[in-house]
Amino acid sequence: MAHRPLRTVPHRLLRFALQRTYREPRMFRAPARLKRRYDAVVIGGGGHGLACAYYLARDHGVRDVAVLERSYIGAGGTGRNTAIVRSNYLTPEGVSFYEESVQLFRRLSADLDYNLFYSERGHFTLAHTDSAVRTMRWRAEVNKHLGVDSELVDREFIARTCPLLDLDCGHGMPVMGALWHPPGAIARHDAVAWAYARGADRLGVEIHQHTPVTGLRLEGDRVTGVETDRGLIETDRVVSAVAGYTPAVTEMAGIRTPLVIHPLQACVTEPLKPWLDVIVVSGSFHIYVSQSSRGEMVMGASLDPYEVHSTRSTLEFAEGLSAHVLAVFPHLGGVKVPRQWAGLADMTPDFSPIMGLTPVDGFFLDAGWGTWGFKATPVSGKTMAWTVAHGKPHPLIEPFRLSRFREYELVGEKGAASVGH
Amino acid sequence: MKLLRCPVNGERPLQEFDYGGEYRPQPDPDAVCDERWASYVFDRAGAAGVRREWWYHVPSGTWFIAERDTGTDRVVQTYLPDRLA
Repeated sequence: MAHRPLRTVPHRLLRFALQRTYREPRMFRAPARLKRRYDAVVIGGGGHGLACAYYLARDHGVRDVAVLERSYIGAGGTGRNTAIVRSNYLTPEGVSFYEESVQLFRRLSADLDYNLFYSERGHFTLAHTDSAVRTMRWRAEVNKHLGVDSELVDREFIARTCPLLDLDCGHGMPVMGALWHPPGAIARHDAVAWAYARGADRLGVEIHQHTPVTGLRLEGDRVTGVETDRGLIETDRVVSAVAGYTPAVTEMAGIRTPLVIHPLQACVTEPLKPWLDVIVVSGSFHIYVSQSSRGEMVMGASLDPYEVHSTRSTLEFAEGLSAHVLAVFPHLGGVKVPRQWAGLADMTPDFSPIMGLTPVDGFFLDAGWGTWGFKATPVSGKTMAWTVAHGKPHPLIEPFRLSRFREYELVGEKGAASVGH
Repeated sequence: MKLLRCPVNGERPLQEFDYGGEYRPQPDPDAVCDERWASYVFDRAGAAGVRREWWYHVPSGTWFIAERDTGTDRVVQTYLPDRLA
């Protein structure tokens, strides 16, 4: 629970009420010029990049940091996901990592003094087949073993907890059970970027929006600078946190990765009275549904079937998603969908991220966030900051190193949202 | 409706096709070192641009090559793979 922000609000309100002009304070400065040199440069002003800059400044005293954002902060995956936070993954590496993120998220509103609308709802992953039930059982046991609240539940439990869900799904694919994860939560995703930006800015980090990176300066195997359309920056530490745009940056560093980019689409309905207080996911139907604090149904689907580097929306998505959502929630038949959008998912072959050191000295990678990036925002910021400050991978992200593909040591994460069962 | 030109069957709705991923010439498995083989297995072009890709027309069982701009999703041309040999 976020107690601190609530306590400070009445005071601020009073001060505002007594003012003659109502000037909204800026969340962060907009420095007119880039400096010639920074101790570290973060490419990408999304949640991950801003969190990394924040923890670099707060935990490691590296405050001479520039965050370079091509567009506005949170314009990419941070503002395009369906805002779900959970830790009921399948691999021990994944569970430990995402569980740390859940713990950080729980305290984050208070830490950053900003209301992130972090709301613990409980998270169902529906199983419609025997093999899905088996996978859910497997996930529940791994989760419990690692101290994560997670269990396999039957149809009766689902009916009691979510009475409007049609357990028979119209016809054909009845729900057989579900993985139930009480800590599953949603948050206001834009606010996560804003709050990290403000926190980092207060500690001295510079945030430069509308500053595209055009190249990297390398000397031998070392990074020495970043080229932007506003001039060259000297630095010996560069973090790339650009998710769906990663291949363009790694090309500048001469690094090849297994990333392929697929659009992931989502939409919201018009606002409804509160009726759904849990998050419902179905791997077989490729849907995830929750109700936002404004009352909209937030709905996402599976990846687009082929590679595209564009955030266009398609009618096929809206039709396919609607059909699948209506199978589970038939009462939504008359509800309008006013808005749909897409984000770029940088997919890895094993559904785990790519984090840490690269073959280029001083060039750090925070990528491979596919369909699981938002929930990892705090932990990726924290562990990447540690990695940059120490020059070696944080133990939590060591399994996610880029070199795992050379070493044939993949981390097969079948608990990812995009994996059907 | 989005259309794609199969070199055998002409323009067909996109729903009739499966995507086969980037076209990547295979190095000689007996001659190549483990690291280059890993790169062949895992690494991809990644960045947006015109690329050769495998596509499959499901009803007719036809594998073919499409040159497509992954940034704009425009197909430049499609042809049968024997043209690459």
